[in-house]
Amino acid sequence: MPISILMPALSPTMTEGKLAKWTKKEGDKIKPGEVIAEIETDKATMEVEAVDSGKIGKILVPAGTEGVPVNKLIAVLLEDGEDASTIDAYLANDNGKKPATASTAQAETKTTAAAPAAAPVAQASGARVFATPLARRIAKDKGINLSNIRGSGPHGRIVKSDVENAKPGAASAPRAGNVPSGPGARQLSDLLGMSYDAQPVSGMRKTIAARLSESKQTIPHFYLTTDCRIDALLKARAALNDAAGGKYKLSVNDFVIKAVAAALMKIPAANMAWAETEVLQYKNADISVAVATPNGLITPIIKEAQNKTLPQISSEMKDLAARARDGKLKPSEYQGGTFSISNLGMYGVKDFAAIINPPQACILAVGAGVEQPVVENGQIVVGTVMSVTLSVDHRVVDGAVGAEYLKAFKDCIENPILMLV
Amino acid sequence: MTAETSFDIVVIGAGPGGYVAAIRAAQLGMKVAVVEGSHLGGICLNWGCIPTKALLKSSEINHLLHNLDQYGFKAEKVTFDFKKIVERSRAVSKQLTGGIGHLMKKNKITVLMGLAKLQGKGKIEVSPSKWLEGVKGVEKTEIITAKHIIIATGARARVIPGFEPDKKLVWTYREAMVPTEMPKSLIVVGSGAIGIEFASFYRNMGADVTVIEAVDRIMPVEDEEISAIARKQLEKGGMKILTGAKLQKLDKGANNVTAHVEVGGKVEKLTADRIIMAVGVVANTENLGLENTKVKVDRGFIVTDQYLQTGEPGVYAIGDVAGAPMLAHKASHEGIICVEKIAGLKDVHPMKKENIPGCTYCTPQVASVGLTEKAAKEKGYTVKVGKFPFIGNGKAIALGEPEGLIKTVFDAKTGELLGAHLVGAEVTELIQGYVLGKTNELTEAEFMHTVYAHPTLSEMMHESVLSAYGRAIHF
Repeated sequence: MPISILMPALSPTMTEGKLAKWTKKEGDKIKPGEVIAEIETDKATMEVEAVDSGKIGKILVPAGTEGVPVNKLIAVLLEDGEDASTIDAYLANDNGKKPATASTAQAETKTTAAAPAAAPVAQASGARVFATPLARRIAKDKGINLSNIRGSGPHGRIVKSDVENAKPGAASAPRAGNVPSGPGARQLSDLLGMSYDAQPVSGMRKTIAARLSESKQTIPHFYLTTDCRIDALLKARAALNDAAGGKYKLSVNDFVIKAVAAALMKIPAANMAWAETEVLQYKNADISVAVATPNGLITPIIKEAQNKTLPQISSEMKDLAARARDGKLKPSEYQGGTFSISNLGMYGVKDFAAIINPPQACILAVGAGVEQPVVENGQIVVGTVMSVTLSVDHRVVDGAVGAEYLKAFKDCIENPILMLV
Repeated sequence: MTAETSFDIVVIGAGPGGYVAAIRAAQLGMKVAVVEGSHLGGICLNWGCIPTKALLKSSEINHLLHNLDQYGFKAEKVTFDFKKIVERSRAVSKQLTGGIGHLMKKNKITVLMGLAKLQGKGKIEVSPSKWLEGVKGVEKTEIITAKHIIIATGARARVIPGFEPDKKLVWTYREAMVPTEMPKSLIVVGSGAIGIEFASFYRNMGADVTVIEAVDRIMPVEDEEISAIARKQLEKGGMKILTGAKLQKLDKGANNVTAHVEVGGKVEKLTADRIIMAVGVVANTENLGLENTKVKVDRGFIVTDQYLQTGEPGVYAIGDVAGAPMLAHKASHEGIICVEKIAGLKDVHPMKKENIPGCTYCTPQVASVGLTEKAAKEKGYTVKVGKFPFIGNGKAIALGEPEGLIKTVFDAKTGELLGAHLVGAEVTELIQGYVLGKTNELTEAEFMHTVYAHPTLSEMMHESVLSAYGRAIHF
């Protein structure tokens, strides 16, 4: 009997993805573990491996198809000796239902058990959502994103009770992105005869749009800025790099990661997440570090950064950043941090305010280290000053706690020796 | 002895709950038997919904014939043959129950005419019934077995001690349906759907009719405003209605009865040819062998979960026997839910009682779904109420039916249609528009965006919704 190949779920939150590419074609023989397709999710491109051996009988979802729901039949595998003529009968008989012998194609994905409490990655918007008018209205009034809700009505339609029973945690709705106010950019541009190139929105771009809109609209941000003198840090960095003999090369950012983690251990009240009915205080400093990639922003995580040495952080960060740029991160590597860092210092940005990465409560925006006159013991001297701005979710971290945290960070970054203890 | 003795499903009772459940089960490939102790089609087809509609049609014609002048006709010496009117009603009933027999055959459902008694562990004893009407039943007691048993035994008229029906002077719906002669005067006790329909029938046929209702208004389940309009119209048609009235005593004469009725602290004596007791129904839970099972009965009704499962695994109850509302369409729908759940179908949803319509076929007709205005407010809703009278509708005027009202109750916050309450001509056919919308969770916006054909009574459904939001066009 032919074997169904179903659209795999590459992360616990994935509900659909883009079938980017078939690496095998109809008629190709495959062995378990062989890569048969590539799937683009909201954040990354993943390879899909075959589970069973056989011959690809029929590809049902062509490469380039977007919004393929998880568990949809994407191809049929023929076992040895089976004829292609059995496929039609199999499909007709099966009628799209989940077959008994289904083998969901496996992607090499391991999710850590430490998945955070409330990070339903917003689904790509644009897919049609079936909901009753009343459910839509209640969802709109409550600010609930229907794409996060499972429908219990006929054919999975979302009905009133589904919306009413939706947990408040799911009530974090990216309203923007879906509902442009006023004329759309496209409409306006056409109207005014402006020239442009239009590009389809990638899954990653959709997620960035949805999550950051949600964050900026629903989280009451406040901002704290301080200047950190980093002459001691630069001196320590030079000394350590000299001593490394080429084994590692620490960046200022590695120190920032270490200092952020060390400060979180001192002020755990800043290592928080808002979960509507409760607040979570995380035990580890899992630091999400914003990395720019050709497709957009992604935040790979240095987990338990408080327990890692600077060289460990440095080499891990290099690896994560490289794979982030290639779109090869596993979901577990970018989902579930507790605190974020965004560093634009390398572009010469002096200071800026970042948007909180929900459900985290804080993000530290790091500017460039700039030589400038500073007053030291009544004398004007030249010092290197790095300006940092902490964006804070006021629902869970108050001003004084934020300030205490920033002071702890400043102490660490200005006196890197403190991070040794 | 039947050829088959073991079934996937055995349905006890072939009323609108049972026979529908049986057909659905057969459609899903199950081996099905129905055990019926009296007649296929149940009360609905034999002694309820259907034959009364036939009688009411005749009485409406009689009413029309006496009001022809408003349409420009003149007719003299209009008479009727009461026997033929009753015969027509029976013929309608017979045609439909015969149809059920064909449906059973077509769906290869085994029909056992006999009395069923649960023996536990999927065993059912089927024994000869003395209630059979013109059909051959099982000749001796036999045992059949079923993986699933659906109890759909329905209900019967409630009897109040001291006012027991005697088939001669004190009637239930049953005698009222097949009178041998037309009573000149009649007392109807109870103003629910059954009472008021018979009152309406006999009044339109020319009898003096007095309705006695214990609470302060007729059709107590309906919206207060609708109930008041209905009362006004019924009284305009010559019906006498006593509310807040209690039947205390009944004196039987040779060919009449005298009812002692307490109204407002005073006792009135009313004499009439016949009296109909229509004070509700009670479920048929007796002699079913429930004591051999874990089936629970509470306040007379079998207790089930939302998918109609009783306390005994593999035993289900649907329709009147499983509780209010006592309506044929509720029974049928429960039958389908129950069977589809047994078959393991996906997308099976429990019944939402607020989406079950109710219809009363008096003159004027009354139809409703969902919460009354008062009930909605009591539940804490802030409501928007829309009202549109028949007098504002062209079709209603043209039909000569300018009396009536369509009332809609919306949740002001969400635009959910909480209830719709209609009184007037043909409203029993109109209500379905609201039921469809309500079941599918339309809000006021979709009702407003819908185009209603002109000229129709349905335009009033539109106007009522518009009125709830201050936008009615024709009133």
